[in-house]
Amino acid sequence: MTVESISTFGNEVDSLFLIILIVTGFAFVLTEGLLIYFLIRYRHRDGSKARYIHGNRQVEILWTLVPGLMLFGLAIYQTGAWQLIRQILPAESEALVIAVEARQFEWHPTYPGADGRLGTDDDIEAPINVIQVPVNRKVIVRLSADDVLHSFFVPALRVKQDAVPGRPISLWFEATKVGQYEIACTELCGLGHYRMRAFLTVAEPADFEAWLAEIEAR
Amino acid sequence: MDSETATISADGHGGHPAPTSFWRKYIFSVDHKVIGIQFLFTSLFFALIGGALAMLIRTQLAWPFREVPGFFPTSGGVMLPEAYIAMVTMHGTIMIFFVIIPILSGAFGNFLIPLMVGARDMAFPRLNMYSYWIMVPAFLVMLAAFFVEGGTAAAGWTSYPPLSALADMVPGSGMGQTLWIVSLLLVGTSSLMGAINYITTIVLMRAKGLTTFRLPLTIWALFITAILVLLATPVLTSALILLLLDRGMGTHFFLPDGGGNPILWQHLFWFYSHPAVYIMILPAMGITSDVISTFARKPLFGYRPMVYSIMAIAGLGFIVWGHHMFVSGMSPVLGVTFMTSTMMIALPSAIKTFNWLGTLWGGNIHFTSAMLNAIAFVAMFIIGGLTGVFAAATPVDIFIHDTHWIVGHIHYVLFGGSLFGVFAGLYYWFPKMFGRMMDERLGKIHFALTFITFNLVFFPMFILGASGMPRRLADPYQYEFLAPLQGLNQFMTYSAFVLFLSQLILIGNFAWSLFRGRQAAANPWQANTLEWATTSPPPHDNFETIPVVYRGAYEYASPLIAEDYLPQHRWLDGATPTTVPQPAGD
Repeated sequence: MTVESISTFGNEVDSLFLIILIVTGFAFVLTEGLLIYFLIRYRHRDGSKARYIHGNRQVEILWTLVPGLMLFGLAIYQTGAWQLIRQILPAESEALVIAVEARQFEWHPTYPGADGRLGTDDDIEAPINVIQVPVNRKVIVRLSADDVLHSFFVPALRVKQDAVPGRPISLWFEATKVGQYEIACTELCGLGHYRMRAFLTVAEPADFEAWLAEIEAR
Repeated sequence: MDSETATISADGHGGHPAPTSFWRKYIFSVDHKVIGIQFLFTSLFFALIGGALAMLIRTQLAWPFREVPGFFPTSGGVMLPEAYIAMVTMHGTIMIFFVIIPILSGAFGNFLIPLMVGARDMAFPRLNMYSYWIMVPAFLVMLAAFFVEGGTAAAGWTSYPPLSALADMVPGSGMGQTLWIVSLLLVGTSSLMGAINYITTIVLMRAKGLTTFRLPLTIWALFITAILVLLATPVLTSALILLLLDRGMGTHFFLPDGGGNPILWQHLFWFYSHPAVYIMILPAMGITSDVISTFARKPLFGYRPMVYSIMAIAGLGFIVWGHHMFVSGMSPVLGVTFMTSTMMIALPSAIKTFNWLGTLWGGNIHFTSAMLNAIAFVAMFIIGGLTGVFAAATPVDIFIHDTHWIVGHIHYVLFGGSLFGVFAGLYYWFPKMFGRMMDERLGKIHFALTFITFNLVFFPMFILGASGMPRRLADPYQYEFLAPLQGLNQFMTYSAFVLFLSQLILIGNFAWSLFRGRQAAANPWQANTLEWATTSPPPHDNFETIPVVYRGAYEYASPLIAEDYLPQHRWLDGATPTTVPQPAGD
């Protein structure tokens, strides 16, 4: 994948991609290679007759079991990464918890105030379409949608999650590199879907705190 | 079922007398052959519309918001974002519901089933006529949506609510979306009528001696497809009605305000639409199997494993729908089960691929236009299948979900697979349908251009997907990380134009051959199955006398005779419909 990976689990996704690329690449070369070879080797020649063969039980078993085991192995292998990324959220006590609400066609981030909790009076509403997080800290995003489906896609984090009206969904990530990265909406949400763009700013913790204080003061 | 019961109505069904009036013969015909050809012409017409929409989509992706001369008069020739998502929606809807499904099941299913099982017509000829004529209002309603206020539906071919349920969320979510729903309800009804007919005909009306394990794979595939249609379509129909109620009657099945759940639609929609992917590929697999065996002049390798893998694909096809929803908000635990079942459904497809290769091995391969397209099916289906493994892997899918990777994958399956299968079937059965041969030279030029440009258009989509380019963006390049991809997209668009223009060769060949093609013999390809036992085109009631079947469909290169083919109905000394031993390994 060409987009630089800057999350702790990004490499899990990328290496799994690579492993599948190798396995399927092997299957691709084998099958397409045999196909081309057979087409040349067994092209029609005058007076020749094809082999009268209806099948072979041994090869059927072989080419059922081998790909079957490989596919099953792949299925088992990837459950670890899926569990890490999606099934187990970090504890809220050790993470920064923020809320992001998607609306046609903008992203609304909210940060907890001094009490460190969302949903209280001191919540801080940040400017739209900018989500700032500290580097090397786990972040939990409570993703929600106000109107229709949207999808929160941060290519650099290897994060994508649909935002569903009526059903807040939590996701997490930990960014490892300071910088600004693009956020795209990837669920068709109306005519402004293509411009529902935002930025993820990954900042040094001190810069992040300063930014948050500045917003709160406004 | 044994051959005794298979004979019940093979001759008993004298069917209907040959019609004499023009209307009864060509328009409101109950003849399965005419109905099949009606489906063929309408779906080819819609393929042109769907293709033209694809050209507009490609134009936008190459040069967003640039003037397209002659189009979009209300916005000065510029394709506005709402027009773009409408194009995307209609391209998908038309290609799936009005092209691939009706051309495979409607055209080939109708035309071939009675001929290949040795029957005089379908079990329910009148129902069959209705199954076509209920499609006509569906066509008209879908086309009418282009002319209503707000334009056509624009919520994607998947029409996820709330976008598709709330009229003020997107311009096309008004009248256009309602027409979309009504049209698909009609399409679903037509599919169900067809499915009942196909199942009944194949179960009850096979010629004497045509046991189930002597059926050609085209018929097996159409049979199992019909079962899929029968079980899956009612779910889509229900979902469409619920959506209609949400839109017009104040219910909240999919709207959270009243306690509904938008994800429910996705479950219902994909419970139909994933099996629908197999509805769109299984018949093409059957066609490919028959064409490959015929032109390799060799028995199909692993006939029974081929049949069982069709069954396995159909069965597993009902428990993989959740792989469209890994990032939808569905429980991640469910994601694991859907990922595992999806990995497993790759297996029967792999088995089929190996058996096609096995059929070519040791063959005596004739490269006719039909054969070239069938080989392309195998070659492209491999890519379509393997790229699906990435999407099945949940962690990878997080990144490639809703990107052009998925668009590439689905086009390698539905264009590279299904449509090349359709082309193969068209070149192969054209002589039987119309009594004339298509031009082979034009056929090969059409094939070469289509095959090359298809890959130039769709293979780069995997690069776009791996670069994270989301689908359905009216202007992707305002994203910094996507801007470098515009050049590649322009290259793909030029290739798409050539791909589209190449289809004019097929249309020209088709039209010319219809009137001027060489007269076709009854069995021009020296094939084995029953449709070649009658004249080209067949008479009104198909066979002068219903043939008796003595063997399976793939007796090519048989050592019993000098010729390299042995038709199912050819009598050899000592043969009876039931006592002829099956060849070893069959």
